[in-house]
Amino acid sequence: MYDAPNPATNVDQQDIKITAKGVQVYYGETHAIKDVDVNIVDRAVTSFIGPSGCGKSTFLRCLNRMNDTIDICRVEGDIRIDGDDIYDKRVDPVQLRAKVGMVFQKPNPFPKSIYDNVAYGPRIHGLAKNKADLDVIVERALRRGAIWDEVKDRLDAPGTGLSGGQQQRLCIARAVATEPEVLLMDEPCSALDPIATAQVEELIDELRRDYTVVIVTHSMQQAARVSQKTAFFHLGDLVEYGETDQIFTNPKDERTERYVTGRIG
Amino acid sequence: MGMLPFAILLVAAIVGYMINLQSARAIRADGTKLHSLSGFHGLFSALLVLVPVLTFVLLWLGFEGAVIESLMFASLPTGTLDGLGTGEVQLIGAEIRSIAGGRVFGTPEDWKLAAADRLIAYEAWSDWLLIAAVAALSVALVLFARSRVAPEYRARQQVEKITTGLMIFCATVAIFTTIGIVFALTYETFKFFQMVPLSEFLFGTSWEPQIPIREDQIAAEGAFGAVPVFLGTIVIATIALTVAVPVGLLTAIYLNEFAPHAVRSVIKPILEILAGVPTVVYGFFAILVVAPALRELGADLGLDVASNTALAAGGVMGVMLIPFISSFADDALSAVPQSLRDGALALGATRGEMMMNVLFPAAIPGIVGGVLLAVSRAIGETMIVVMAAGLIARMTINPLDSVTAVTVQIVTLLIGDTAFDSPKTLAAFALGMMLFLATLVINVFALRIVRKYREIYD
Repeated sequence: MYDAPNPATNVDQQDIKITAKGVQVYYGETHAIKDVDVNIVDRAVTSFIGPSGCGKSTFLRCLNRMNDTIDICRVEGDIRIDGDDIYDKRVDPVQLRAKVGMVFQKPNPFPKSIYDNVAYGPRIHGLAKNKADLDVIVERALRRGAIWDEVKDRLDAPGTGLSGGQQQRLCIARAVATEPEVLLMDEPCSALDPIATAQVEELIDELRRDYTVVIVTHSMQQAARVSQKTAFFHLGDLVEYGETDQIFTNPKDERTERYVTGRIG
Repeated sequence: MGMLPFAILLVAAIVGYMINLQSARAIRADGTKLHSLSGFHGLFSALLVLVPVLTFVLLWLGFEGAVIESLMFASLPTGTLDGLGTGEVQLIGAEIRSIAGGRVFGTPEDWKLAAADRLIAYEAWSDWLLIAAVAALSVALVLFARSRVAPEYRARQQVEKITTGLMIFCATVAIFTTIGIVFALTYETFKFFQMVPLSEFLFGTSWEPQIPIREDQIAAEGAFGAVPVFLGTIVIATIALTVAVPVGLLTAIYLNEFAPHAVRSVIKPILEILAGVPTVVYGFFAILVVAPALRELGADLGLDVASNTALAAGGVMGVMLIPFISSFADDALSAVPQSLRDGALALGATRGEMMMNVLFPAAIPGIVGGVLLAVSRAIGETMIVVMAAGLIARMTINPLDSVTAVTVQIVTLLIGDTAFDSPKTLAAFALGMMLFLATLVINVFALRIVRKYREIYD
């Protein structure tokens, strides 16, 4: 699990889930993302790496239009999921976000019970026909979040009472419960200790079978461990994008090489 | 003359500070290492002088009058006060004091003039004694503080101890004030319940406190059943909260989550202005605008509307409470972390769903606390109801009828002829006590709710 990615997974032959062309993002006057083109493949883990402030989180938030909630933020360019332009006027960001789940840097369980946390998405999207249905959905999500065994006896306990690592897996379960196709993760392990990090990484590797996972990380080891594709961002530019193996062992760009060997950061 | 003790004290503190500072610096100049910085040695001296001597001066001034008066009474010719009641003795004391102050009415007896002279002499003595005592104490304390200056003396710890004590004192002032209020009310309330039975006050349904104070006065027999008065307050407060809670909460929700920045930057200051309007102005608004409008509306609809309706008073009070509730709710909503908003939105929640399911439950402790504090304000609010509500206590919950309120009755009972041995006047204290207890219970309840929910949500 923690070795280099499986070489048998030849990502180039897989389907493309998300295509981005000429994406520009501005925060007021600041040009945060400069002309980024990227193709993200289906059922694989793609990691975005780069120094702080390089725009990797901003780009991630373009993929589920979370940047819409920031008044001064402006996104240009073309981003398509399964060929559909997600910035088209006819697209409802609310429906898009049901399809593109997101997990944040800090675990953010709602001040509700564990059950209600996971049931939140299915409820607002009307995914369950009745209570029994909802129970099934919640259990399945919690199992996928690899936390079912730890919480199955206390689903009524507040989600905020769990440990940090458990909270993060609960948030992953919550995101999975709405049956998304894409899962975005913004530094999901940066607030966790090494053991919790290992559990979450294991989970990410599991999730790859069902979802397209895009993860932003500051840890190059983590990118190497969990992802098949890696994109290196620097100062708002996408510097290099390719197989994770190749990025870490044989980078083409000098800046990528300097970053992965720890000379810029 | 009156300020002289304080001036001496101030000078002593400054001199003590300088002396200790200089001597501490001198020690350091010799190359010895001081435990505390020189400034702490100076401060130690200043505080050591200020705190005890100031306490002494204030205590002296507090008891001076009583001591001098009892000395003066003791010096009167024997037998002068024999057979007189406390009221008459107090009257003589007041007359002598006003003679001493140079305000002579009529031709007082010689012994009163002599007593006034003695009073003046005692006061002069007292002043000089105080000055001498302050000077002596200050000098002694300055010298004592100076004697403590030494390299190993822990002046910093001493200063910290004294300042901690001062902070504790300030923190307890509010508590002691509350206790003082309770005692002041308790005494008069107790006197009231000696004249009117508690059961009549608590359960009586008739409130007619206009009993004669002088024997020749024409007035009703008097009845002190407080139920209709409290019912009036409850009716008005209920109307006020029915207006204020929904409007205030929706205002807060709109401003917090939905309003564009430009709208928010206009509405927020206006709400703050609304919060700063004196309640007497709201009272004008209620009687000049709202009450006539209601009456006309009622006439159009064929309803019988009184001129001082509970609806007018309560409605305007509700408007007064809107900024109160909206600012509490706004603070509570703003305190919910951004990560929870992001989490809900990222799951595909609309802003409305996020507000109802996530922000609102997380903010509920703050909101409930704010609403209950608003309840306290509503039942304690005086000026609006004095102006806009009625005076006659009626057993009704009809909002179109005229009702009175507890605070209104307190004000009317204490206006005009008052005598502190009449149940009419004392009833005001009993009402005040009940009001105090009610708000106390509500506030305690509010704090408990806030604390209970906080345990769950953090």
